[in-house]
Amino acid sequence: MSDDRRTTTPVRPTGTQIIAPGHTFATVSDKISSIVLTRRTPLYWFIPFLIASGLVMVFLVAVAALLVRGVGLWGIKVPVMWGWAITNFVWWIGIGHAGTLISAILLLLRQSWRNSINRFAEAMTLFAVACAGMFPLLHLGRPWLFYWLFPYPNTMGVQPQFRSPLVWDVFAVSTYATVSALFWYVGLIPDLATLRDRTRYRAARIVYGILAMGWRGAASHWQKYETASLLLAGLATPLVLSVHTVVSFDFTVAIVPGWHSTIFPPYFVAGAIYSGFAMVLVLAIPLRAMYGLEDLITSRHLDNMAKVMLATGEIVAYSYFFEAFIAWYSGNQFEMFAIWNRMTGPYAPTYWCLIFCNLVFPQILWLKQIRTNVVWLFIVALDVLTGMWLERYVIVVVSLHRDYLPSSWGIFHPTIWDVATYVGTLGLFFFLFFLFIRSLPMISIFEVRTLLPQAEVVEGVEK
Amino acid sequence: MKTPIYGLMAEFESPTALVAAAHQVRARGYRKVEAYSPFAIEEVNEALGLHHNKLPLIVLCGGILGGLTGYLMQYYVAVIDFPLNIGGRPLHSWPSFIIITFELTILFAALSTVLGLFGLCGLPMPYHPVFNVSRFAFASRDRFFICIEANDPLFDRHDTAEFLHTLAPREVTEVAH
Repeated sequence: MSDDRRTTTPVRPTGTQIIAPGHTFATVSDKISSIVLTRRTPLYWFIPFLIASGLVMVFLVAVAALLVRGVGLWGIKVPVMWGWAITNFVWWIGIGHAGTLISAILLLLRQSWRNSINRFAEAMTLFAVACAGMFPLLHLGRPWLFYWLFPYPNTMGVQPQFRSPLVWDVFAVSTYATVSALFWYVGLIPDLATLRDRTRYRAARIVYGILAMGWRGAASHWQKYETASLLLAGLATPLVLSVHTVVSFDFTVAIVPGWHSTIFPPYFVAGAIYSGFAMVLVLAIPLRAMYGLEDLITSRHLDNMAKVMLATGEIVAYSYFFEAFIAWYSGNQFEMFAIWNRMTGPYAPTYWCLIFCNLVFPQILWLKQIRTNVVWLFIVALDVLTGMWLERYVIVVVSLHRDYLPSSWGIFHPTIWDVATYVGTLGLFFFLFFLFIRSLPMISIFEVRTLLPQAEVVEGVEK
Repeated sequence: MKTPIYGLMAEFESPTALVAAAHQVRARGYRKVEAYSPFAIEEVNEALGLHHNKLPLIVLCGGILGGLTGYLMQYYVAVIDFPLNIGGRPLHSWPSFIIITFELTILFAALSTVLGLFGLCGLPMPYHPVFNVSRFAFASRDRFFICIEANDPLFDRHDTAEFLHTLAPREVTEVAH
């Protein structure tokens, strides 16, 4: 069993290699499955998990208070009725996009380096969408009536308005959550079979066995499986681009100055991928250090992700510039005022912070030394996450607080309950994520096997 | 008389050996053959003559059904069941129906991909004879197996086993039912 197991030292792979040299099918299978099956659960798993569990308690208290007292508990009031709830919704759903980009778009583009990061990036997508979904639901005021958004025969004799972007959003986000979950589960099946065959505990074998559904790696199954992966990737690609486009329609279809703009869909999608890759890095950098996965998630992976961040960051920068330019070029006094108010109004510090976090500071990624330095990369990723949250805050709050009529202007102040709900979803996200890395393989084992040089069938011997 | 078996299974150590063996098994005339590997190997499909795949057709049908469902649902609600006269604008406002039509196309197509995959592979399958081979647990780790099933017309318990031994496997095992 352990005849071909070798000790490996983390080495940066050279040339076309993606995985550090010295690995075999057996070593990658054992290394990744041992995190779940045999290794002792480390202290550095328990400490963040306990902190996250505490924050989940904060979230439950915040939600309970909200259900008892109503949404007035948050800082939302006329004219800023969306406040932190929609800011957080857009931020979370954007983070999810990187997972689908990695698992679907990079699969179609045959970027095989994605194979060692797609699993936990997809998990991140699922949990981010779960957190995102909380905000519009809670923002409804009476979340238990959310099903009124779907068309069903009812005694009230009314139906949803299908011409409204808010209804489009319900369908887009719920489709996205469903397809992400399907994609993730289908991707897990062969690895669940590996866990079923590797575990020594009967209970674990039964659970993983039920989840693996009797997968046995037959060639006729693999053939259909590969087709299914490609088809799901092909379906998820337009879907992921459509989701943030539809989210941006929530804004652009309204006539609020600063929202009513055709640049929003591509700008939102780029920003989503930007923040999503930042979150993947925030998760990957500590994970690979904690579990010694530097030979599977190599510095080449980090470098590539940093480049995607840099590229999408430049698109976002271009959009900021063009937003301001079009406001000036339109000659429309309300559009001009909206941008001027962002830059110099009561929320000016937020705007300039956002410019620094999203535009100025990430430019250090042009340097290869930064892209290969985990500490700096981690700092840039946190900075981008902050910047993207501020961007959504500026779009939602600053645009709403002063529109056409000065008599209806107002200032938005978040309350402690806004903070508790937001921090609570952060806790929920990390709580789910730490449960995931404890119970399921965080790197796709069967896809990493195909990256090894041994996986190549040597030509000429078939005949 | 011995108890009937499901088939004979040979174990190999590399994908290259598996593909070579699959070619020879096929050339020998065996048709009820299945290969097992820890990851997909395209060359094996070629060697075993696996070309037919109904999945794309199922997905296409699912997608079309989803698109129709999405559009007709919105048409029914907006025009027939709950018409709202908003400044005399047309009830059948098709541009605003596109998004949900698209989303439901994707949703139905994705669901039919997954259900179609399970259906075509016969999953979930709580029991399968190949799991009776104790070393088959390595099929999900680092070993490659080929199994000639007993219902193949050319199958002979003794001759087939001897033939499999000529392919230089690590081991040949009988698979109990």
